[in-house]
Amino acid sequence: MPRLHLGTEGVLAAIIVVLCIALGLTTDTFLTTQNLFDLLNNQSVNMIFAVGLVVVLIAGGIDISFAVAASVVQYVVMTLLIDHLGGGNWLLGILLSMAVGSLLGLVNAFLIHRFRIVSIIVTIGTFNLYFGLLMVFTGGVSIYDIPDWLYYSIPLIDLPAARGSATLYLPVAVMAVMSLATGFILTRTGFGRTLYGFGSSPEAARRSGVRVGVIHAFAYGWLGLCAGVAGLMQAHIVQEVVPNALIGQELPILAAVVLGGATLGGGRGSVTGALLGVLLLAVVQNGLNLLGVTPYAFRMIVGFIILVAITCSNLDKLLPRRAIPKEARQ
Amino acid sequence: MDDIALRAEGVSKVFGQSRVLDDVSFELRRGEVLCLAGENGCGKSTLIKILNGVYTPEAGATFSFGNADSVSRITPHDARALGIHVIWQDLALFPHLSVAESIVFDDYVASPWRPLSRRAARREAREVIERLGVPLDPDTRVEDLSIARRQLVAICRVLRAGARIVFMDEPTASLTRNEVQTLLEITRSLSAQGISIVFVSHRLSEVLAVCQRVTVLRNGALVGTYSTEGMTQTRLSQLMTGHELALTPREPDGAGEPVLELRNLSRAGEFENVSLTLHRGEILGLTGLLGAGRTELAHVLFGMTRPTGGELLKNGKPLTLRSNRDAIRHGIAYVSEDRLNLGLVQNQSIIMNTAVTVLNELEKPRGFLSPRRLLALTTEWIQRLGTKVNDAELAVSSLSGGNQQRIVLAKWLATRPDVLILDCPTVGVDVGAKAGIFDIIRTLADQGMSIILISDEASEIWMNSDRVVVLKAGRISRELTPTTTTEASLEEIINA
Repeated sequence: MPRLHLGTEGVLAAIIVVLCIALGLTTDTFLTTQNLFDLLNNQSVNMIFAVGLVVVLIAGGIDISFAVAASVVQYVVMTLLIDHLGGGNWLLGILLSMAVGSLLGLVNAFLIHRFRIVSIIVTIGTFNLYFGLLMVFTGGVSIYDIPDWLYYSIPLIDLPAARGSATLYLPVAVMAVMSLATGFILTRTGFGRTLYGFGSSPEAARRSGVRVGVIHAFAYGWLGLCAGVAGLMQAHIVQEVVPNALIGQELPILAAVVLGGATLGGGRGSVTGALLGVLLLAVVQNGLNLLGVTPYAFRMIVGFIILVAITCSNLDKLLPRRAIPKEARQ
Repeated sequence: MDDIALRAEGVSKVFGQSRVLDDVSFELRRGEVLCLAGENGCGKSTLIKILNGVYTPEAGATFSFGNADSVSRITPHDARALGIHVIWQDLALFPHLSVAESIVFDDYVASPWRPLSRRAARREAREVIERLGVPLDPDTRVEDLSIARRQLVAICRVLRAGARIVFMDEPTASLTRNEVQTLLEITRSLSAQGISIVFVSHRLSEVLAVCQRVTVLRNGALVGTYSTEGMTQTRLSQLMTGHELALTPREPDGAGEPVLELRNLSRAGEFENVSLTLHRGEILGLTGLLGAGRTELAHVLFGMTRPTGGELLKNGKPLTLRSNRDAIRHGIAYVSEDRLNLGLVQNQSIIMNTAVTVLNELEKPRGFLSPRRLLALTTEWIQRLGTKVNDAELAVSSLSGGNQQRIVLAKWLATRPDVLILDCPTVGVDVGAKAGIFDIIRTLADQGMSIILISDEASEIWMNSDRVVVLKAGRISRELTPTTTTEASLEEIINA
């Protein structure tokens, strides 16, 4: 009997479709353009984080400092723009965010590479360092007076809907661009394949002549760049900059990316998987909201989903059939 | 045909105080299969790394490649340009990448930003696979392949990179007999294509089967290069170790009193009606083909599985073993075949590895471990077994294979057993270390320990046992004494 082979992404997509149909049948608000557009608008920031994080996981590392790094980017960029550059514009804002973000990521890469410290320890360190610096320098005060170009939301698609209209905003497009760029690098360039190779077996990659420093710099720098962009988008969406707005987001996003097929061991993961992981958790949360389940139950259910999903993906290895190498079954 | 692919002369290498290689010459002909032989630590790996451009040799070396030019060192860049490749024992592959991607991986490194085509990668991989004539599917992930197939991927990879000279480090170490045959055939076909191959292996019979010449190193110096024609395993091991190894069977010095008696011992589906007596100070060889029930019998004697019939007597009294802890308490120790993984905790210290079997003894009377007593115990065994240890606090992984072996023995000897069961104690050990281990085993027997030696190598059973029991399909098929049998006839009986 031929076995249907979907891969992690296929399974995730199937689960999401089933969930959507179920929620479409049980609620009359879920399967509306308005709700689905809102879902994307709200998740675009997390998705940008996720596509950055998956690069680090593929390269066999981990980073938990990216969410506070994004907050730092928001503050630094806003302060620079408002106080020194007369408000700036979209181009300047995006470029500055990318620059500051990658710089913060490169700090992680430098510490990991130069001093051979495990990535989780380094990023726990920089996580605290960045957040501490941010709180000290801002005194915990938010910035409400952001430039006009950033303040006003930019609709991309506007469809008439049952109540008002359904609108897709700029952050969704930015998310799409970041995802495509990351996906292109990972799957369509030799460099992307050396990232997988390095994550799969660092020693083998080193012996093949892969420059380890470049791999680290790219992985953490790219996540920093994505975090910078995500930070700017988050400020754009909520129309203010709050120092502790993003802290705490790192673990749910990490969980989503792992759900999408990446492992902490490296060598595995994809942009599609990372996006679907975020989407799955978002659909579940959205569905629970619409069903009127208490928000307190959400975390519990997310934890449950993660444990079940990881167990299922390991089930393959536990079943006796898997003990026979694939070639022997052909 | 004296077409030279690589000639190295006057190669030396010094690390700190020690001279690892001393004025070694090395010559490799085009299309030849050459064996680089020597015990662990003789400088083989250092020489390979110098020829591969990883290490820089001391001044005074010259390298030439079949033409008039010569250089004083090979840079990694030279090595690549000359097509010198090494397939290390760990293969250096990427488990999560596909076969095709693994084969073309060097392209990714060389030109990281050139746009990729999966189809092109697959096509190029298929070309190499067909050239080598091996059954590989370019789309399989490397992690789904057996070790033997992974090795083929590694060979395809160096072929694709335009290899002219390939070093293979212990390529047969983890292969089954059939897989070894396949590999040897592939080696021959590569050499027919004009590729020179340097084979590094401890299995001397393979070396003699596939190589035309063998270059022997000992303690960092060149012993010589010899044709394999007319070369015997015995002569080769003498060249490698520099001394004559004992080649006569052990003279039994009269049987002592019975220590362990098996009366019609059976375990359903594994072995049946095995009756034998192990005497004090005796080495009993237990042999037979794989699956004859040797290891299964050992597991019952060590209390890991229960017999389904028959009796076991220790010093004349019936013995029932509920677990291996029972067995240890009754003075039975068992050194399993996969010692290096199952027998040692590689990243723990030498002290802890030695003492782990007797920790609860050492805790007496106060329930605390004393570092002094741990060290004393370890030092005692290190000395008694002639182990080369600089610092017992270091991880056991810092020791060579032969010395790790001694630590495994020490760990079990620390339980002061009177019956020691050794399951294939020399698998993966080089010639010199093998001799050292058998010296220890013989000494232990002379001191009164009773030893069951399990092995499928007729020669080592023949040389080291007082008595040999041959198992066949779970039953004792023959019992004989080496002094009245030849090695060849023992070999025949085992394979009959």
